[in-house]
Amino acid sequence: MTTSPDMVIIIIDLVLLTLLCLTAFAIMLVRHLFAVVALTGAFSLLSAGLLVTLDAVDVAFTEAAVGAGISTVLMLGTLALTKRREATKPKLSPIGLMIIFLTGATLIYATPDMPKFGAADSPGLMHIVPDYIEGSKNDIAVPNIVTAILASYRGYDTLGEVAVIFTAGMGVIILLGRRREDEYGYSEDNAAFPLHPEGSDNTTGKDKS
Amino acid sequence: MFIGATTAVLVAMTLVLYRAFAGPTLFDRVLSANSFGTKIVLLIGLLGFLTDRPEFLDIALLYALVNFIGTIAILKFFRYRNMGLSSDEIASREDEG
Repeated sequence: MTTSPDMVIIIIDLVLLTLLCLTAFAIMLVRHLFAVVALTGAFSLLSAGLLVTLDAVDVAFTEAAVGAGISTVLMLGTLALTKRREATKPKLSPIGLMIIFLTGATLIYATPDMPKFGAADSPGLMHIVPDYIEGSKNDIAVPNIVTAILASYRGYDTLGEVAVIFTAGMGVIILLGRRREDEYGYSEDNAAFPLHPEGSDNTTGKDKS
Repeated sequence: MFIGATTAVLVAMTLVLYRAFAGPTLFDRVLSANSFGTKIVLLIGLLGFLTDRPEFLDIALLYALVNFIGTIAILKFFRYRNMGLSSDEIASREDEG
């Protein structure tokens, strides 16, 4: 056998990408929303695997934690408040399809112009990154360059991100958090629009797909 | 040997995904989502050994933890139809059922 690890990595990439495409089509076609949640979890894990093969281990872990972990939980929380089936059958719009194909073709057309994977002289690394690498040790006195960039050089940027994530978290808690039956007198029983009408909570898997 | 193991894991991933597409019951899908996570954990571990970086095993362990949380959430959703119950409410529902 003359197969080198590089060959194997390429084959793994191909298989993972094929599975990713299949999962995307399945998410599009399946009408049962619980299956869609399970499939989006699989989709996130697949893209995390692809990112690991691209050596972007930190991005991959964020993808796995947010995509497969938190998103699954949040989507299930949403499913608990809504129905489990998509109500309307979407219609195939030719204009939308054309726009998507055009965008995809443009992206593929632009791909060969991108710098080679991992090239040290790619434009993104020439502008300010040398300054970061040179300066971070003396300017910031943090041994890890990534930490220095995120926490100090781009400190305001990170602060803005924290504000965005905090707002998103508050929104999710307000929408999905547990409803309190407290001094405001609100409870499931006397709500004008009950979220769980009588007889709607079937705990067994009665509605099979 | 690692190449053979990787091939086997990729084939297993395909089979598990097929079960997630086809169903037919919800529990097939829960099981397939969970075991798909396990396959990814295995694949990342194998990738580390293929590229001579066994420290990938740590990442694989973290993935296993995340996968566990997802499965627990799915099962809790099935049991109580609600994600925000406190332990008291769970206990009272256990008594009713």
